[in-house]
Amino acid sequence: MIEFRNTSKVYDNGVHALKNINLKINKGEFLFLVGPSGAGKSTFIKLLLREEQATGGKILVDGEDITKLSQRQIPYLRRKISVVFQDFRLLEDKTLYENVAFAMQVTGASPKEIRRQVPMMLGMVGLSDRASQYPHQLSGGEKQRVSIARAIVNRPIILIADEPTGNLDPDTAWEVMKVLRHISRRGTTILMATHAKDIVDVMQQRVVALEKGNIVRDVQRGIYGYEA
Amino acid sequence: MKLRSFQYIMQQSFKGIWRNKGMSIASISSVAASLTILGLIMVLVLNMGHLASLAQTQFDSVQVYIEDDMDPEAIESLGSEIGQIEGVSYIHYESKEMALANMKERWGEQGYLLDTLEDNPLPNSYIVHVANIRYSDDVVEEVSGLNGVDEIRYYRDIIDNLIRIAGLVRSVGLVVIAVLILIATFIISNTIKLTINARKREIRIMKDVGATNWFIRWPFFLEGTILGLFGAIIAVIIIYFGYQTIFDMITTRFFVIFSAYLLSVEEMMQRTLIMFVVLGSGVGALGSIVSLRKHLEI
Repeated sequence: MIEFRNTSKVYDNGVHALKNINLKINKGEFLFLVGPSGAGKSTFIKLLLREEQATGGKILVDGEDITKLSQRQIPYLRRKISVVFQDFRLLEDKTLYENVAFAMQVTGASPKEIRRQVPMMLGMVGLSDRASQYPHQLSGGEKQRVSIARAIVNRPIILIADEPTGNLDPDTAWEVMKVLRHISRRGTTILMATHAKDIVDVMQQRVVALEKGNIVRDVQRGIYGYEA
Repeated sequence: MKLRSFQYIMQQSFKGIWRNKGMSIASISSVAASLTILGLIMVLVLNMGHLASLAQTQFDSVQVYIEDDMDPEAIESLGSEIGQIEGVSYIHYESKEMALANMKERWGEQGYLLDTLEDNPLPNSYIVHVANIRYSDDVVEEVSGLNGVDEIRYYRDIIDNLIRIAGLVRSVGLVVIAVLILIATFIISNTIKLTINARKREIRIMKDVGATNWFIRWPFFLEGTILGLFGAIIAVIIIYFGYQTIFDMITTRFFVIFSAYLLSVEEMMQRTLIMFVVLGSGVGALGSIVSLRKHLEI
């Protein structure tokens, strides 16, 4: 479903961030992307979102080479590939409901669809009863769950989680992981970049390790493999 | 664009205007001020042009005043001499009595003022119609050499002066307006910049969840356009009431006859309304675009 074929990225300043990457991600997979800082994880994600353009090779999403997309087509790519970040990126002046609904509004969804879909998503992340609260009333883990609800509300084919537990203490981090696993079991593909050794080790999912722009390890039911 | 998207976008535009009330007021005022001054210049230029064209059609004639002590035969022979000059299409005689009656009619309601005259001060005259206003100089030169001609009233230099002054006012006005519009554009683009900055986070999120670039741009674009439009509406209102006041003052306090030479309030509004609305919203849209290009990296 997603395939990197000999993909490379050289930044203008000469940094060779990714070197001839070949990787296939199948539908419904849960994949951890690990590796030391500066290994190329961020670049990998930016290429998928077309925040950066690959300098060599192809990236196929649903059979389409996204390195060939025009600027106008990129918003539609981002409805298929959604993302949550370490810093949640919620709008503080909107309720949880409105934060999730926002993602549908800006893509032109009908009020009817919004009314049906938003409560469902909030239910899926376990925040149904807090829909009318504001982000500042929530814990970090809860905020991240809202941002996950927002990310999946437009039914993406893959959810990218970029260090989603980076700002959370271990207990709330697990809340978030449970939600991600739940979503994964319902069929959404998940790619999670992380430094959280204990999480990777416990989850027992596919682990892809990047180092200096190369894939150095790709194992099913893997472990983190670095000293935490 | 879908209707609900349109609603959302409009809502965002007005939110932006409300959020930066101070700058919004400054933007609207600058547009209103620029357009009001433009209106003032237009009032001058249009009225001068109107007057000139009116004068041209009304005064395609040369009025030849005849010396007071001439006898009827001499007057008649003078008439036939004038009639033979090249470029004259026809002439007609206006006695002093007829002249007074005509004047009374032209003054309309205020004509009674002329009843108080003890003596008719108007001279006998020939009104000489020229085939084309271009010949009038030559005709005047020939007529002035004839016996019994007292004075020649001839409006071409007045018309020429009027057209020249109108042209001058227009050129100077255009420069002034260009500068003012530049300033208004700059102020609006700054207002939009503030809204963009206030919504940086929201814009970032919109991009992440796949909003199209135009969906992101529209509210800012409309915000500027609406500010410009508000400015234009204020300017139109000022011009409307201002011109009406001046118009009423001139026609009631001074002379009714002036009213024929001024454009009516309705005509003036007809000529300015659409122009102002287009200019105002255009300036607003331009300001937005300048700001979007500089501050919204999509």
